[in-house]
Amino acid sequence: MFSLDQLVIGQKAIITAIETDLLPLKLIEMGCLPGNEISLLYLAPLRDPLYLKIDDAHLAIRREVAKFIMVKPLLND
Amino acid sequence: MINNINVALIGNPNTGKTSVFNALTGLNQKVGNYPGITVEKKIGFSPLNKLTKARILDLPGTYSLNASSMDESLVVELLLNKNDPDYPDVAVVITDVENLKRNLLLFSQIKDLEIPTILVVNMSDQISRSGIKIDVKKLKEKLNTEVILVSTRKNSGLSDLKKALADYRMLSIKPFLDTKIIDKEYFESLQLAFPNQSLYKLWLVITQDINFTKLDRQKVSDSSAFRSLPKSQLKNLQQRETIHRYKLINQILKETYKKKLEEATDLRSRLDNILIHKFWGYVIFFFILLIVFQSIFEWSSLPMDFIDNSFNKIGEWARENMPRGILNDLITEGIIPGLGGIIIFIPQIAFLFLFISFLEETGYMSRVVFLMDRGLRKYGLSGKSVVPLISGTACAIPAIMATRNIENWKDRLITILVVPFTTCSARLPVYMILISLVIPDNKILGINYQGLSLMGLYLVGFFMAIASALILNRLLKTSYKSYFVVEMPNYKLPLLKNILITVWEKTRTFITEAGKIILAISILLWFMASFGPGQNFLNADSIIIEKFSEEPMTDIELDREISTYRLENSYIGLLGKSIEPLITPLGYDWKIGIALISSFAAREVFIGTLATIYSVGSDDQETIKNRMAGELKRDGTKLFNLATGISLMLFYAFAMQCMSTLAIVKKETNSWKWPIIQLLSMTVIAYLAALISFQLLK
Repeated sequence: MFSLDQLVIGQKAIITAIETDLLPLKLIEMGCLPGNEISLLYLAPLRDPLYLKIDDAHLAIRREVAKFIMVKPLLND
Repeated sequence: MINNINVALIGNPNTGKTSVFNALTGLNQKVGNYPGITVEKKIGFSPLNKLTKARILDLPGTYSLNASSMDESLVVELLLNKNDPDYPDVAVVITDVENLKRNLLLFSQIKDLEIPTILVVNMSDQISRSGIKIDVKKLKEKLNTEVILVSTRKNSGLSDLKKALADYRMLSIKPFLDTKIIDKEYFESLQLAFPNQSLYKLWLVITQDINFTKLDRQKVSDSSAFRSLPKSQLKNLQQRETIHRYKLINQILKETYKKKLEEATDLRSRLDNILIHKFWGYVIFFFILLIVFQSIFEWSSLPMDFIDNSFNKIGEWARENMPRGILNDLITEGIIPGLGGIIIFIPQIAFLFLFISFLEETGYMSRVVFLMDRGLRKYGLSGKSVVPLISGTACAIPAIMATRNIENWKDRLITILVVPFTTCSARLPVYMILISLVIPDNKILGINYQGLSLMGLYLVGFFMAIASALILNRLLKTSYKSYFVVEMPNYKLPLLKNILITVWEKTRTFITEAGKIILAISILLWFMASFGPGQNFLNADSIIIEKFSEEPMTDIELDREISTYRLENSYIGLLGKSIEPLITPLGYDWKIGIALISSFAAREVFIGTLATIYSVGSDDQETIKNRMAGELKRDGTKLFNLATGISLMLFYAFAMQCMSTLAIVKKETNSWKWPIIQLLSMTVIAYLAALISFQLLK
């Protein structure tokens, strides 16, 4: 089990769990829900913020928030 | 008899909602503020058919009805309040064809409010290019409402939309989701308590912390038992609600919508690879800033000079062709220069917004936020604060107007408050003359002292802006927790029409809103400089003629002496004299005091006023400078020595000596509170800096 901030650039994963209490509802509404696919596309310098693709949405979040999202990396295909 | 219907345009940001609004209404729109807050309120009108006219409200972009910003609360508040005069007869949810799934979440919520809701699938010109297949007929059936494909780029679908709006009474108001499905037990007991209410509306009233009308507030207190569920439990329910909504949406889209992913993301990744590259991303951003900077500094100087000259000519013409007297003076010295002082900002405002709306429309601005967030976060600024801060080095007015693009209210307020510290171009003439007076024209290691001083002043301004941002970040509290979730939209070619409408709107509101205040203060300053109490002012002519009767003087020289005497004895002159005890510790005399007060109109007026006080006839910098260099103190030493010079420069670096900036802050924050706080605190900082520097250097 990884948290999202441990992914490397280009890696895809499946969201397994989220910390509902700590994660902004807005993020949940943008598709950050268990079962959805997530991939880390880019990192800004100092590895923060993270540029993600969640389900169909492209968005950027800060590292501190990424810790609340648990993922299971997919094997590279 | 024409029938007016209220239409609300609702949609996620970046769905082209404003394009649809512009396409429907053209320039037939009004922009104002919601009372008491700073969110822009746009209303436009569009005839639907011979009998019906739509009054269209462009609501702020929102991701969902679970509000997380002031903009979003406003949307929820309106949609829950049937008594609001803006309450829509029909809602139009604008979605982007490429992000339909996520956009439908908002649609499903609006539908549950039991308002007739039309779904617009925008940017339909992208359908074939992105490999999208969409079954509109089936989508209509499944969503139980009218679905219209629109492309503002190709101008298609708009007449269908107008027709659907006119026939809004035919639309079903059946909710999308059965709210009870979220948690049977909880919602059944809620329904029992309020049998006549829509469950979803009740649920929103319970979960949203927003101002409701009296009627609804009553309901809120009645529902306290339901409200008292722990926050985390409420949020859990909201999450389940979201999951249920997506489940339904996914089912529907599975049958109606197909998308080939690779083609759609190709352009994005190619551009992102360069534009947010760890090195090249910053280089490109730097060059874009350079162009923006160049445009407001260099390119606008030509039209600005033209405006300046034209108003001077109009003034001269009016002076000669109108009967002499107070009215002539009021018009030629108060109103015409006042109007000129407003119009002169137009080139800078127009240029800046041309670029900013271009950067927003293309989707590049989100990339800037991504690149800059980490660096600016600790100062309480947003990635989007960069453009206003840099623009502030040309002029604070367009820079403050540019903060509109910062969604987070606290970030935006901090940016507005600190921008005037950056060194704007109006400070330059003041700095130039003072530097050449008090800083020796020598070199150290090949670097000129004077150039070094100017650079120092820029740095001091920038440092002050950052330092105050840090302090404000601690002091200001907001009720909204600032979550950084930034959508990275697809890149698109901007629509020229949208850009031009933005430029037009910004310029127009500046002239009408801030212009009023600027004109009023100009007239007040004119009045204070042109009138004075007592006999000295009234009899200035005879006093001066008598005083110099022994000396041979030309009429021009005599006129100059009379103006000097008048200014000394005017209200501004007396004010300048009366603040002398206050400014002596800064190294200034009452003449500088007068120049300080009158330069509140604009910083560069400082030099002109000194020229009048010292009876220098020409506007030539060299002449004024020589006269200033010769000015002596009572003890016979030079008035403009190093200590006074530095003290004055620091005063101008920090003081809010600009009524136009105050006017625009009032307009943008929609209250007098912030401009007054800004004026007072900046004046105090300027005073202290000048005091300390003079006392140390003298």
